[in-house]
Amino acid sequence: MEILVPALLTIITAATPLLFAALGELITEKSGVLNLGVEGMMVMGAIIGFVAVHYSGSAFIAVIASMLAGGVMAAIFALLVLRFHASQVPTGLALTIFGIGLSALIGQSMIGIAYEGIPHVSIPFLSSIPVLGALLFSHDLLVYFSLVMVFAVYYFLNKTRGGLILRAIGDSHDAAHAMGYSVIRVRLLATLFGGAMAGLGGAYLSLAYSPLWVEQMTAGRGWIALALVVFATWRTGRVLLGAYLFGGITILQLHAQALGIGVPAQVMSMLPYLATVLVLVLISRDLGKIKLNAPASLGKAFHASS
Amino acid sequence: MLPKLAKRPTPSRFMVYLSPVLALFLSLLAGIVLFLIMDVSPWTALHAFFIEPISSAYGLSELAVKATPLILIGVALSLGFKAGVWNIGAEGQLIVGGLCGGAVALYFYEQEGFHIIPLMMLAGVFGGMAWAAIVAFLRVKFNANEILTSLMLSYVAGLWLNLMVHGPLKDPEGFNFPESRIFSDSAMLPLLHEDYRLHIGFLLALVIVGLGWILISRTLLGYQIKVSGAAPAAGEHAGFSTARIIWVTLLIGGGVAGLAGMIEVSGPIGQLLPSISPGYGFTAIIVAYVGRLHPVGALFAGLLLALTYLGGETAQIQLNLPVAVTGVFQGLLLFFLLACDVLIHYRLQFKQPALAARGA
Repeated sequence: MEILVPALLTIITAATPLLFAALGELITEKSGVLNLGVEGMMVMGAIIGFVAVHYSGSAFIAVIASMLAGGVMAAIFALLVLRFHASQVPTGLALTIFGIGLSALIGQSMIGIAYEGIPHVSIPFLSSIPVLGALLFSHDLLVYFSLVMVFAVYYFLNKTRGGLILRAIGDSHDAAHAMGYSVIRVRLLATLFGGAMAGLGGAYLSLAYSPLWVEQMTAGRGWIALALVVFATWRTGRVLLGAYLFGGITILQLHAQALGIGVPAQVMSMLPYLATVLVLVLISRDLGKIKLNAPASLGKAFHASS
Repeated sequence: MLPKLAKRPTPSRFMVYLSPVLALFLSLLAGIVLFLIMDVSPWTALHAFFIEPISSAYGLSELAVKATPLILIGVALSLGFKAGVWNIGAEGQLIVGGLCGGAVALYFYEQEGFHIIPLMMLAGVFGGMAWAAIVAFLRVKFNANEILTSLMLSYVAGLWLNLMVHGPLKDPEGFNFPESRIFSDSAMLPLLHEDYRLHIGFLLALVIVGLGWILISRTLLGYQIKVSGAAPAAGEHAGFSTARIIWVTLLIGGGVAGLAGMIEVSGPIGQLLPSISPGYGFTAIIVAYVGRLHPVGALFAGLLLALTYLGGETAQIQLNLPVAVTGVFQGLLLFFLLACDVLIHYRLQFKQPALAARGA
């Protein structure tokens, strides 16, 4: 038990950035927009969060700043895709290339600076967290916030009118448009939400998971988050499951190295990427399941007059 | 008032070619703003970035060296993108190609002869192809999204190369540095001129441009690729096999990227290192788009994007600017290109059509 409990706690820390990013992308994709720029938005959230905490000393300001950074990145994507009818796949790739470059540029002066990590349980609104918090009291607030967001996203998608409109637009933008819903406005909001959550996921890496700045420190987590949405077949509960599964794989890799198992470090580091491929294969081969759950208009452009 | 977008009856051919020029112009403007923010004189910076590197014969030869992998992969990716096959893991295929080519060079370390380079090329091509074949197999057999699998395999390839130069392929006399032996002369690509680093790989890239152009415009396969991308349903109706298009475009992409990797280790690098590419496989995606998904376009786009690498290095040396500026500029270029491309299918409408005519 002495090993198990800390291991479980670190799994949660490793899972949280994936969870934030994947929840955001879930909403974006449910509205019919495929934003492949999650990696770029995450890495921008990571650097802006780190810069903000360095200059303000406030983790709260850093978190807000990182969400804004992710949101601004998503806004660029939305402008190109929703206003200029740019193709979604290359635009998402451009967002990632741009984000990696810009974060490296901004982070030039942040290399080698240490930060003690965001405080555990000392931010004011902790008291409002339900009893669940008492069980796992050692975490920082963002972990709880990620779980609250799981519930909020589930509730929004399945129990509210807004969620229904969002899903309708994702499934058939022409029908939703004919019914008088503003396809572009809903997609813009969904994309911005996705960006803010990806930025927050990135900030979790640079503020909590390993509190320092390293170029490209997201190391493919944005892409893994995209794969998680497919793994989850666009269902909120399964996003949670998937994120914790991948958190587990990441931690397995770290602990195997610590225990001195005779497998080279590089092979262990391959695990999350190989697991992503494996999971994609297992889920995608069931074409019916994908067709049943994937938003039917995913990745398709919408033009009102056409 | 903002102009509105009105759909053109037919796409504008003119805009297809004007768009990259406009995008480059806008990127330069954005670059000026960026340099002003960084408190650097924009003219000095732009000169260091875009003029200085190509104002000498040596600079031009270096441009060709850097453009070689970009042109090669750009041509190959254009074919796949045209068909709607999103191989974005060319970086991984390049790494595996370099690793396989390099392993052959090290195997024949004690030997001399003209057989070594062709064998290295074969190893590079097949290595890259094998890496891409995994993606094709998973896509065709299990419907796994090739964007995500090819990208994940790029990370795996990087770790694999890292493992190899820390282990089996490490230089036995290298004081434990994670580097291979320096290749023997027989494993190095012949130079085109003894004063420069420019090697025959550049000529090979030109050959690939020619072959790519013939494939896309003069063969049935090229026609099938174009139809499958532009109108998948029509392609299927005509009996073109989607699975075959996926296999062919991925194998070509992987093979050419693998060749580019072999050329990098056998040309400018000359040994295996933990990292053998500054992201050429990703930049080649921009090359393909700026080149309008056309092999000849990829040639010019490859030279342009090579200039951003070269300019980044010059600006770092002369003005102490961070190298990351290159990545920002590349990202901006693709953003502006995608935005300008709207004008291919739409035109700007500054005046509202008469309201009465619409009955509103």
